[in-house]
Amino acid sequence: MTIDRKIPPRIKLPVEFELRLPECRSFSLSNGVQVYALDMGSEDVLMLNWVFYAGNHFEKQNTIAPAVNYLLKNGTSTRTAYQIEESVDFYGAYLNRACYNETAELVLHTLSRHVGELLPVVADILTDAVFPEEEIKIYAQNAIQKLKIGLQKSDFVAGRIIDAKLFGKEHPYGKYSNIEDYEAIARPQLLSFYNQYYKNGHCVIFVAGKLPPDLEEQLEKHFGGLPLKPHTTVAIPEKKIQPATEKVEHIMNDPNGVQASIRIGRNFPNRHHPDFIPMLVLNNVLGGFFGSRLMANIREEKGYTYGIYSYLLNHIQESGLMISTEAGRDVMNATIEEVFKELERLQNELIDKEELDITRNYMIGSILGDLDGPFQVIGRWKNLILNGLTEEFFYKSLETIKTIKAEELKKIAEKYFVKDDFYQLTVI
Amino acid sequence: MIKFERFVLDNGLRVIVHEDHSTPMAVVNVMYDVGSKDENPEKTGFAHLFEHLMFGGSINIPDFETPLQIAGGENNAYTSNDLTNYYIQLPADNLETALWLESDRMLSLAFDKKSLEVQKKVVCEEFKEHYINKPYGDVWFKLREMVFKQHPYRWMTIGKELSHIEDAKLEDVKAFFKKHYSPINAILVVAGNVKAAEVMLQVEKYFGDIPSGTKYVRNIPPEPEQQEARVLEVRADVPLDALYKVWKMPSRRDNGYYIADLVTEILGGGASSRLYQKLVKEQRLFSNIDCYHFGSVEEGMFTIEGKLVKGVDMKDAEAAVNSILEELTEKGITENELAKVKNKTEAVLAFEDMNILTRANNIAFYELLGDAGLFNREKDKYFAVTAEDISSFCRNIFREKNSNTLYYYSNNKN
Repeated sequence: MTIDRKIPPRIKLPVEFELRLPECRSFSLSNGVQVYALDMGSEDVLMLNWVFYAGNHFEKQNTIAPAVNYLLKNGTSTRTAYQIEESVDFYGAYLNRACYNETAELVLHTLSRHVGELLPVVADILTDAVFPEEEIKIYAQNAIQKLKIGLQKSDFVAGRIIDAKLFGKEHPYGKYSNIEDYEAIARPQLLSFYNQYYKNGHCVIFVAGKLPPDLEEQLEKHFGGLPLKPHTTVAIPEKKIQPATEKVEHIMNDPNGVQASIRIGRNFPNRHHPDFIPMLVLNNVLGGFFGSRLMANIREEKGYTYGIYSYLLNHIQESGLMISTEAGRDVMNATIEEVFKELERLQNELIDKEELDITRNYMIGSILGDLDGPFQVIGRWKNLILNGLTEEFFYKSLETIKTIKAEELKKIAEKYFVKDDFYQLTVI
Repeated sequence: MIKFERFVLDNGLRVIVHEDHSTPMAVVNVMYDVGSKDENPEKTGFAHLFEHLMFGGSINIPDFETPLQIAGGENNAYTSNDLTNYYIQLPADNLETALWLESDRMLSLAFDKKSLEVQKKVVCEEFKEHYINKPYGDVWFKLREMVFKQHPYRWMTIGKELSHIEDAKLEDVKAFFKKHYSPINAILVVAGNVKAAEVMLQVEKYFGDIPSGTKYVRNIPPEPEQQEARVLEVRADVPLDALYKVWKMPSRRDNGYYIADLVTEILGGGASSRLYQKLVKEQRLFSNIDCYHFGSVEEGMFTIEGKLVKGVDMKDAEAAVNSILEELTEKGITENELAKVKNKTEAVLAFEDMNILTRANNIAFYELLGDAGLFNREKDKYFAVTAEDISSFCRNIFREKNSNTLYYYSNNKN
């Protein structure tokens, strides 16, 4: 059988696919806490995610929110940190926590059949965490050591400074932890934050995977009677964003450094703004994937870097557009020059049909792949809900990806890709 | 338990198809039986550099990425000391596009000079990003050289030094392709929302006429048995002292591998593990400590590494690690602890299996080890491990004469 290898096989264009976001069931516990449940998947596993409005937005002292989040599972009045770890580990489960800007969470991954053994442990953590002095000391000491290592890395330093430039050091999106902040952590502040924002806090629960038939009863039993409040009644005080006035900065962190961490970014509206979805598409053309312009030019044509990407920051109040790369020290300025050339080109020239078609199909294909699996799907639901959106946002995004015109993208570029609006940070 | 069908084309290409109709996607995974262990010691880093060149256009298809992107696909690749793996995930309707792309680059590359020049630079930046511009970035270069004196595991996949990459020539690229990139040295796995019978026809269509190539026969010098404890001290501009200890451990093919894997869990798997509980929490000698291995196909490296708490003496930290190993060796483990690590392993396998990409990748790896059917026997192998196996493993592995220790001291004394 001989084939003409120069001719590509026929394909079904992803833009012709009808994508559906799998439905997610929702119910409330008797205290009003909302649960979003997605029963999906063939493996006997599930993920449970307790989201609290307990991010660094709510702290009065720097680094208290992440410290409380980290130390949640380090002891209750009846279980030591070790006993908690041991009871989770014994079932092969993982209990992780994460602290973000508005929210902070506990995440349980487990074989579905063990969930009944684990819920009482989580309920204990959410009602009776005691924050032992010894655990606080260990946490602070180790966090400081970790921070010291981070501060030697140009990419870590660049990540902190650029956020502070865009949002201001006083804003939750721009502030960062210093050694003194860890040293100042004290038990009374942790307990008070815990009481207000976890024990009596606003909570929403997401669960996905192969769900046991009595999951609703189990959640009601362990969490329905707790003094938690629904997420729908939370008030997030708006904090003022104060971008830096100085747009360009160079930091010499390590005189022997062989690469520069380059961050070029600007503020950008949140998901509710009409320009957000068009920017998702434009960003993909610019630097959102391997076939993007930044990657094609700066990596594949010039070889200045191992990788260069652009992305939209995942913030609720206000987003930002960020271009990020680690480039050879000797080609640092050449790299920046090329980035601005690409931004300018998108303002001056229409994206041709072929390139736009590639972007559309790549994006749809990538969403299709991302809808494969319960954890990814619930992640999309969570993102919608925490941003105050509905599935309409998902379908509108699909529609925009499929139909937006080059002229419209050019207008978006003209509005947002203005060189003087960008912060430009280099750290060696 | 997963099902798959296996067949071999006339040119020697091993093909495995795994149907999963719960996903709209398909995965095409091509694994080549070549890794950095197959490199010339004077031209290290080549297998990985070559991986980059596989994206620089093939004989009939000048641009690999565009047709894939328009078909809604994503792809990537990685190189290890043992193997090189390429994978594509795309909507199952467009499976043929992936087979077309992978078969053409197995047939022949374009061998574009410009692509070589650019990718040499890209890989040098990758080298700098991960190993030079990073505190402790040189650790594994030193450790590998300490642990292996003959075996090619003694160099890193990225290459021993930048100059090896900078010196790569187009004729090296061609020779490497001829030697390793042919059906007889490759494994193709197709997984996802596909039908085995149709896949077989399509695979035959795209891969059937590629010349078989010559079976690569590996001839790696065996590593002589280590006869003495090895120690190295390093001083560098890092914030904290760090301790690394490495012992040689059994190959991925050996039953001892499963024991080693459970022992890494007992010692370093999470916050209830022995090293973390005793040395980070109770004795506060380390700010973090990990225990892991690399799952390498041949005799590999069982590793413990930790950063010392400021002010702690290196010898005290090491003595504490040793005493935990002695305790495990002499007293063994409890049935409860054994049950715990087996439960963890079962959960890890279940989470891995959720994803067809990981499944396809693992099937290919087991086939590379000699039998794709191992995929379904992994759990049993872990569950067969006894407390006595663990004790005897520890007695055998944690011997002074099998140990390699790196004291990585900080120059910064404040």
